[in-house]
Amino acid sequence: MIRTRFFLSCIAFLLITLALLSLHSRYGKQAWIAQELTANRKLVANLALTDLALWTEARYTRHPALADFFAPFQDAPASFEHFPAGSIIAPRLPGVSTTLRVRKPPVGAPK
Amino acid sequence: MTRFLKILEYALSSLARRKFKNFSIIAIYSFTIASLASILLLTHSLKEIAVNVLADGPDIVVQRLTGGRHDMIPASNAQAIEKLIGVGRVTPRIWGYYYDGLYQTNYTILGVHEKLPPLEMVKGRMVARDGECTVGQGVATTQNAEIGNELLLINSKGIGHTCEITGMFKAQSNLWTNDLILFSQDDLQRFFATPDGLATDIIVEVYNPKEIPVVAQKIKQLFPDTRPVTLNEILHTYQSVFNWRSGMMLTIFASSLIAFSILAWDKATGISGEEKQEIGILKAIGWDTSDILALKFSEGSVISVTSFLLGISLAYIHVFLLGAPLLVPVLKGWSVLFPRLQLVPYVDMYQIFTLGFLTIIPYMASTVLPSWKSAITDPESIMRGG
Repeated sequence: MIRTRFFLSCIAFLLITLALLSLHSRYGKQAWIAQELTANRKLVANLALTDLALWTEARYTRHPALADFFAPFQDAPASFEHFPAGSIIAPRLPGVSTTLRVRKPPVGAPK
Repeated sequence: MTRFLKILEYALSSLARRKFKNFSIIAIYSFTIASLASILLLTHSLKEIAVNVLADGPDIVVQRLTGGRHDMIPASNAQAIEKLIGVGRVTPRIWGYYYDGLYQTNYTILGVHEKLPPLEMVKGRMVARDGECTVGQGVATTQNAEIGNELLLINSKGIGHTCEITGMFKAQSNLWTNDLILFSQDDLQRFFATPDGLATDIIVEVYNPKEIPVVAQKIKQLFPDTRPVTLNEILHTYQSVFNWRSGMMLTIFASSLIAFSILAWDKATGISGEEKQEIGILKAIGWDTSDILALKFSEGSVISVTSFLLGISLAYIHVFLLGAPLLVPVLKGWSVLFPRLQLVPYVDMYQIFTLGFLTIIPYMASTVLPSWKSAITDPESIMRGG
C-alpha cells in the first residue's frame, strides 16, 4: 500500500494547497473591498470614468463603452480589424429584448 | 473500502510501469487545464473589478454623432438637459487623446471643472488651477517624472505646453488611471484648441437610477443627433468584453480545448497491445469485468484528478500571485502603456466546476470505454492478440 499512501498524500497536499489558495482568494477579495473598492469608486464617480485603462492602442479599445459599434471599420467599410486588442474584445450585443412587427392589414379586414 | 484501496494500489503500480508516458500525460493535461483556468480566472476577475467599480460611474454620457462618428457637442445642450425632470447635475466635459511621439505612447487627457475633493487614490494633490496636472503611474514612469516636475506636451498648435505635476494616481488605481492626465478644463480647451461653447460629451446625473432609460430616451428625443450611453450599457459592455464569446476566450480557450480533445481522442480510439494483454491476463486469473472497469476507472481518476488539481492550483498562482505573465502579452496587444495587473482574486466556482466537468468526465470516459470493450472479449483471444 506504499503507492496508495504516496498518491493519497499527494492528493491531500494538492487539496490543502487549493484550500490555502481559496483562503487567499477570500481574504484578498475582502481586503480589496475594504481598502480599494470605495476609493476607486470615488475616483470613478468624481472623474466620471467609463472604462478600464487596459488597451491604449486605439480610441475604441481605450473606451469600448463609448465607442461606436462600427468603430473598427470607420477607415474603410468592412476593413480588417487593425489592432490586436480589437480582436480580443467581444462585440457588444444590442440590448433589444422585444421586437415589434408592422404588417399591412389583409384586404377587407375591419379597421 | 479495502477492495477499492487494493484496486487503487494495483492501478498505481500499473501506471508506474508506464511512468514516462503517464507523467507526460499528467504534464500535458495539467498544462491544458492551467491555460483554460488562467483565462477563466483572468477574465472573471477583470469583469468583476470593472462591474463593481463602475457601479458608481456616470449615469448617462451624452455624445453627439455627425455622419455616424463621434463629434463635439454644443455645451449649451446641457442647459436643456438640466431642465428635464429627475435630472441632477449636468456637466459638459472636454477630454481626448494625445500621442506622445517621443515615447510612442497614447495618453488620455481629461479636463476637470472645479476643485475636486481630495481623493484617496491621488498622491499629492489634484489639479486646482491652470498650469497644473495630475498624472497616472504609466505616464509618470514613461516620462520619468515625479510630483513637482514639469510635464511637457505639444499642443494642437504645435507649441510646447508645460504643466506642473501636482499629484500622481496611486498604483492601486492603475487599471483606471494608468494613461490618464488631468488638466483644468480651461487649460485643456486651449491645449486641444477646442472652439468655445463645444464639449467632448456631457455627463448627466439622474436622481433615481430607475429613471435613467427614460431620461436617456428624452435626451434622444430632444437632440436626435446625440447618443446617450447609460450606466447599464457601460456595465453591459464590460460583461460582454470578458464573457465566453470574447475573442480572447475563443482563441486560447478553443485551442486548449482542441488540444485536450486530441489527448482524449487518442485514449478513446484504442488501448495499446500491452494494456489489452494485461486485461486478458486479469480476466484469465479470475477478475470480473466490473473489477477491470473499476481498475481502469481508478487509473483514469488518478491521472485526471491529479492533473485537474495541479492545473487549477497553477492557474491560480499564475494569475493572482504572479500577475498572469503568460497572458499579458496576449491581452496587451499594441498598447505601449499597459498597467501592471494587480488582479483581485475573484473566483467563480461555477466556472471551475464546469471546467472540471468538461475535462475530467471526457478523460475518464475515454479511459474506461475502450477497456470495457476489451474486458468483454474472450481472454484467450485477447492474449493471443486477437
